[in-house]
Amino acid sequence: MSIRLHEASLRHGKVQALNAVDLCIDKGERVAIIGPSGAGKSSLLHLMATATRPSAGLLDVLDAQPWALSAHARQRLRARIGLVHQAPPLPPRQRVVTAVLAGRLGQWSTLRGLLNLVHPGDVPGARQVLADLGLADKLFVQCGQLSGGQLQRVGIARVLYQRPEVLLADEPVSAMDPVLADHSLALLNRHAQAHGVTLVASLHAVELALAHFPRVIGIREGQVAFDCPAEAVSESLLEALYANEQLASPVSVGATLTVQIPRC
Amino acid sequence: MLNVDARDPAALPRLLLTLLCLALLWPGLYVSELNPGVLLQAESRQQMASFVGAFWPPAHDAAFLGLLWAATLQTLAVATVGMALALVLAVPASLLASRALSLRAASQGGRPGSWSRGVRLPVRGLLVFLRSVPEIVWALLFVRAVGLGPTAGVLAIAITYSGMLGKVYAEIFESVDQRPAHALLQAGSGRLSAFCYGILPNAAAEVVSYTVYRWECAVRASVVMGFVGAGGLGQQIDLSMRMFAGDQVASMLLAFLALVMLADLLSRLLRGRLA
Repeated sequence: MSIRLHEASLRHGKVQALNAVDLCIDKGERVAIIGPSGAGKSSLLHLMATATRPSAGLLDVLDAQPWALSAHARQRLRARIGLVHQAPPLPPRQRVVTAVLAGRLGQWSTLRGLLNLVHPGDVPGARQVLADLGLADKLFVQCGQLSGGQLQRVGIARVLYQRPEVLLADEPVSAMDPVLADHSLALLNRHAQAHGVTLVASLHAVELALAHFPRVIGIREGQVAFDCPAEAVSESLLEALYANEQLASPVSVGATLTVQIPRC
Repeated sequence: MLNVDARDPAALPRLLLTLLCLALLWPGLYVSELNPGVLLQAESRQQMASFVGAFWPPAHDAAFLGLLWAATLQTLAVATVGMALALVLAVPASLLASRALSLRAASQGGRPGSWSRGVRLPVRGLLVFLRSVPEIVWALLFVRAVGLGPTAGVLAIAITYSGMLGKVYAEIFESVDQRPAHALLQAGSGRLSAFCYGILPNAAAEVVSYTVYRWECAVRASVVMGFVGAGGLGQQIDLSMRMFAGDQVASMLLAFLALVMLADLLSRLLRGRLA
């Protein structure tokens, strides 16, 4: 068992982001999380990444309860979990090579980490993961000079370099063009399959979720709306998932949805 | 005018804050007895004119310039060594005092745990103590302890400035974007690594510029401490003033101006490299 949530809830102040979520994800499974904006997709991923502590309920990751561990043991566990952020938090003045190599800080000693800051120790390793994402020429460029889509790819490269056992991705391709998005998701899936890595990604493009992932979980209002194989996701399930009573004029919705309507 | 649609909920607090600031400033003016009119009275004008009149032309004979050069070097040395010693204490203290390295904060949206707040408090207290006693007082104390000379100035600067640098560094570390460091901590990295990879790149320019500015202040402070016998330009200015040698004072003020301009140039150069 890779990830298990039991009655897990998360509260940000007065907002109930997640409400008693039960979920099991096996080792090596590849899962897409879809749902409307603000449904709790990011909260769920951050919870799985042990980035936030559930306000109620249980969380098991890699057969350990992160919040029952000591801080030191939790850091060791976290080194085995990788999270791709939607807008990767990278200092604008940091070079891409440093940002990518930082993925293994959890596995390196502090001394090695500091030496790596003075002189990058594994340039070939960083170049390799960046080359897979078409960014090899940006190795020594500062992160601040990259576009949003390029930054997202650097974020993916960092997590690929980290080689985690659980790879979580929060809208990893939201700033990329369709071709790049498709390529990056395929790469993540290939990596997961080749190394037996558990992959969980939240996506706002339903089409991508259905095309790349065998299992799809729909999240609405902090709860699991459906959890089924990609083939079983039907038009009616999606309509119920994305139904929005607050939008006054549904006129513009048609235009944006044509891109995202699932082909199933 | 202020109908519900156009109302800014922050407007009233802002107005009240402005009024509060004004209300606090007014008694300040009164207590400090500020009265610019005194400057314009005939007697004051005469006094100032005779003091400044002796400044021209600045002294420039070879013997005095040699003395000036040695005193300037000594002032620079006092400021630089004092700053270096201050950094030895300030850097670890700022890391301890800052929330930026809190593991707990990384997973609680920036709120550190109660235990780490308890550790931070005494460090902050130490920094407050170090900088609350003015360097001139330390200098007077050390002149008695180690005798006349630049050593007293170095120690005084090291103590006071470590307090200031530590406090401001800690605040700079907290004011930059914390997300890169939090992301690294959440990926299992150690605190020091997360700091160096996540906080330092964003904070470096500000830290350097503040350090150079403080170095400039240390140069000034070492001049002031010269008046109480801690060597350097200050001691020379004190001697020249006692001898009513305005021309020498003028030369030394020019040297001083050059030092501050040097610091400014250095700061701009370093900021240009880092920002």
